[in-house]
Amino acid sequence: MNALAVEIPWGVLLAIKAVVILAVVPLGALVLGYTFLLKMMSHMQSRLGPMDPGGFHGWFQLIGDGIKFLQKEDIVPDEADRRVFALAPTVVVISTFLIFVVIPAGPRLQVANLDVGVFYALAVSSLSVIGVLMAGWASANKFALIGALRAAAQLIAYELPLLLAVVGVVIQAGTMSLQGIVSAQQDGAIFGWSGIGNPFILTQFVGFLLFLIAAQAELTQTPFDMPVAESELVAGYMVEYTGFRFLFFFIGEFGTATAFAALAATLFLGGWSIPGVHGTAADLLGPLVLVLKLMAVAFLMFWVRFTYPRLREDQLQALAWKVLIPIALVNVIITAIIKVAI
Amino acid sequence: MVAQNVAFGILALAMVLAAIGVVRTQNVVHAALYLVVVLAGAAAQYILLAAEFVAWVQVLIYIGAVVILFLFGIMLTRAPMGDLEGLNNRQGLPAVVATLALIGTLTALLVDAFSDQEIVLDAPTPTADIATQVFKVYVVPFEAVSILLLAALVGAIVLARRD
Repeated sequence: MNALAVEIPWGVLLAIKAVVILAVVPLGALVLGYTFLLKMMSHMQSRLGPMDPGGFHGWFQLIGDGIKFLQKEDIVPDEADRRVFALAPTVVVISTFLIFVVIPAGPRLQVANLDVGVFYALAVSSLSVIGVLMAGWASANKFALIGALRAAAQLIAYELPLLLAVVGVVIQAGTMSLQGIVSAQQDGAIFGWSGIGNPFILTQFVGFLLFLIAAQAELTQTPFDMPVAESELVAGYMVEYTGFRFLFFFIGEFGTATAFAALAATLFLGGWSIPGVHGTAADLLGPLVLVLKLMAVAFLMFWVRFTYPRLREDQLQALAWKVLIPIALVNVIITAIIKVAI
Repeated sequence: MVAQNVAFGILALAMVLAAIGVVRTQNVVHAALYLVVVLAGAAAQYILLAAEFVAWVQVLIYIGAVVILFLFGIMLTRAPMGDLEGLNNRQGLPAVVATLALIGTLTALLVDAFSDQEIVLDAPTPTADIATQVFKVYVVPFEAVSILLLAALVGAIVLARRD
């Protein structure tokens, strides 16, 4: 028997799972926002503001921002469609919450081990576009509408490379379940040597790059941030949102960044697994290992975000349809051939 | 099975109300958003039928792509904030007749075809089984559909080109 084997009634288990998911998303958003948006960006771009409040390294900045958001007035434009306007941020955040249902943090630390794992995660992540379109239209603002339309065009275009990049991993692992993909990497071997398992970043490096580029576009981060381009559209679809509703969009954005970083870590870096560690030890170490890998991936994503200038709208579409999708298709074909041949 | 039946009832009611919303509302964007509820309800029904993969395909394709293209098209052309005049036509009676005829036909067909079968829904259908069916048993129809879609795609490009 296992040391952690405690019988928990399913109702209590469900409640615990719900609370964990509800806590993970804002927490992940805050950690990523603090580490990367406030600290890393300040260091890279010599920004003094976020390094000042509270004395040491500007630790108070995020708390101050939070207090500011909470006391702001909740403004709804006169012409706005009130119900749709109010519902839009919730749709975006719900889509973020749903992704975390399938991300495993240990052999048994997972809300639901769905057979369609990755596919489910990518399907629910596409729901956020509806929230973005709702927000842009209901604001009754031209900038917001243009921002929402740009977001929709971009998210649809990059949905395909995102899915196709994952197909290579799915073929290699032989399953779409994220738990199955993790154990395929943990118990795998490189030419018979199983010292570090077989993280798919080695065999699916092209897929990893495609996934990161497409995820960057799905998150509307620079260099793909035309939907929220502040110099052209003020703040795109978020322009009319204030206070708590704006905070929802913020949590949605950084929560989804956490989710995509966790997905990339799970698909390509072995997720919660350390080679050779199984059972209870893996359950205890898993969350820490996953967070470390997730932060490494997020570091790459934000590094690009703070470095590159914005693409033009036609360059964005050309990149997706003429470069990323063909590369992804070739990657899928080669992976399939090798899988069958070996 | 009781829980499943109750869940089916709630989902079905929500879907019917949202479907009425789609045809009754005076605002095109609202109609598209009601459609999201109907399609999400259909996905939930697939989950009740243990067809997990089909359910999430429904979400990804219909909600994540088709409705978004609807909204995109509406907003790109004409999406006024208020209600739109003349969005409803006066064909209530023919609509009721057609709906009842459809319900009758479907019910008769389903009862005729499946009334003596009991479908056991213990666990979700593994995706691998679906893949085996599509790519081994039904591979010829699958390829035929692919060619049909390709032809439609080429046709759309030819029609849209101006030169």
